[in-house]
Amino acid sequence: MSALDTPAGLDVPRHHAFSRFCRAFAKRPAGLAGLGLLVAFGVLALAAPLFIGDDQLNVIKVDGPQLSPPVDGYPLGTDQAGRSVLLLVIWGARESLSIGLIATALTVVLGSTVGLLAGHYQGWIGKILMHVTDWFIALPSLPLAISLSAVLGQGAASITIAIAVTSWTATARLVRAQTLSVEARPFIERAKVLGAGNTQIMIRHVLPNVMPLILVSSTLTVASAILSEATLTFLGLGDPTSVTWGSMLQAAFLGGAVTAGAWWYLMPPGIAILIVVLGFTLVGRAVEHVLNPRMVGR
Amino acid sequence: MKPVLEVRDLMVTYPARRGAAPARAVDGVNLQVGQGEIVALVGESGCGKSTLARALVGLVKPTGGQVLSDGVPLGYSAAALKAYRRHTQLVLQDPGGALNPRQNVFDAVAEGPRLHGLTDRLGERVHTALAKAGLRPPEQFAGRFPHEMSGGQQQRVVIAGALALEPSVIVADEPVASLDASVRGEILKLILELRDSLGLSALVVSHDLGLAWNIADRVAVMYLGRIVETGTVEEVLLRPKHPYTRALLSVLPDSGEPPVLLTGEPPDPTSVPGGCRFHPRCPLRAAEQDSRCDGQDLPVLTGDPSASSLAACHLVQ
Repeated sequence: MSALDTPAGLDVPRHHAFSRFCRAFAKRPAGLAGLGLLVAFGVLALAAPLFIGDDQLNVIKVDGPQLSPPVDGYPLGTDQAGRSVLLLVIWGARESLSIGLIATALTVVLGSTVGLLAGHYQGWIGKILMHVTDWFIALPSLPLAISLSAVLGQGAASITIAIAVTSWTATARLVRAQTLSVEARPFIERAKVLGAGNTQIMIRHVLPNVMPLILVSSTLTVASAILSEATLTFLGLGDPTSVTWGSMLQAAFLGGAVTAGAWWYLMPPGIAILIVVLGFTLVGRAVEHVLNPRMVGR
Repeated sequence: MKPVLEVRDLMVTYPARRGAAPARAVDGVNLQVGQGEIVALVGESGCGKSTLARALVGLVKPTGGQVLSDGVPLGYSAAALKAYRRHTQLVLQDPGGALNPRQNVFDAVAEGPRLHGLTDRLGERVHTALAKAGLRPPEQFAGRFPHEMSGGQQQRVVIAGALALEPSVIVADEPVASLDASVRGEILKLILELRDSLGLSALVVSHDLGLAWNIADRVAVMYLGRIVETGTVEEVLLRPKHPYTRALLSVLPDSGEPPVLLTGEPPDPTSVPGGCRFHPRCPLRAAEQDSRCDGQDLPVLTGDPSASSLAACHLVQ
């Protein structure tokens, strides 16, 4: 399976798969734009500690004007304590993005595994897995997330777990449905006759054909996880000392930004959420097109 | 001639939903495929020929009877099936569907050898299989994806994938039914060439009697889960005995006989008629009114390849 046993001129694309993927992705302007947005946010979030210090985030140490519209030095205005909204949005990206990504990773891994197994083993294993999934679907997600946060304590970890526990079921059902349709196709029969076992069929034949769906669904999951994070934090389940986009919205709401007409305090976190969700969606669409050979050139 | 692949009294019954009778898709079949022999299995849709083909490669577990490979009964453990599939391969009807759209030609052909641990000089093996299947030069095809090829080329890739394991028997389920007429001839010629050059045995399932005439040494005609007539291709197609075979041949455009149109219900494997299973539609019975036709069951044909022709009918013995 290595390059050694392959005569020259015989293309074994496994080795070139990644570079080919990159070249094909580079031809999709919308995907590149989305990737640019995400990279910009990612770099800002990672580099934030270099230019944002405790004296700009600590409500006791800041010295800006309180709840001021955009002025010189504060391009997006300030909050009630006098902190720069721009710096808060950048700092908030750190936790919002990491909660969204980790919760999505948990959701996709759990949901895809359950869906793939339930779709491949259609006997009692699949039935039990789908009954468990149905049971989780029947649980109302917001009260479940609230009670989980209450049990696990306030903070990022419990919010991440609460999001993953309430959203993996959608991925599981989606992946199972797609697995069932892939399993019914003749190339699965061909693989069986060639000698493939359950694991090989699932990993080599079903997973690659389900992958675009998983990728696209995970971009939407990132989006909804970031929204859920904002919702749960807005409801007061987050760590009250940390800054996230959800906690900014909560603080703005509780601090009377709505009645004061302080649009500069409410809109930036909302627009940040919008841009990140849009970025993930654009990248997801582009990845789907690149990974599906039938869509190449369309 | 020693059979490389044989079935004895094979039964495949599909369980029904509550209240309905189970479907007897294959209902007692004896069949032998000898070394280097091409046997055509013909019959209309729903007669159980595809189920029989799947039982031959172990995809369907028979509810009765045996599949024997070189005289050894087939085991159904995962390891036994894998060992068996090293030398018995299946070629499916729809080559577009039989290839994973995300695998290129190299991976599709290399799949069998990789699964069986034959990765030593894998590139050369894939190369050779592609060339044997008529995809020359192989380098030009290795990197292509299924949707970049024509139906005939796809079917050649499927055949190359089977050949990469160097099998002794190929079971082909309607290998050319979804291909253009011009490509059909090429694929059939390929199967004949492979038989001549590699000594490959083949069971070709088809609804097309012309195909059987072109490539087969022996023909088995299947009706409602059972073989009703079997013998050498000349005997069965030029001097058919069974009224069902005669009816099938009479509707060919250049048969020279008045066409016999079958009447009555199309065959339903959930309610196989008693006596001769063809009697409700049989033109001969309508003329002769023999009481054995609907009263006396026929024995299962032995499938003895040395007999030039055998027919399961009370009236033409």
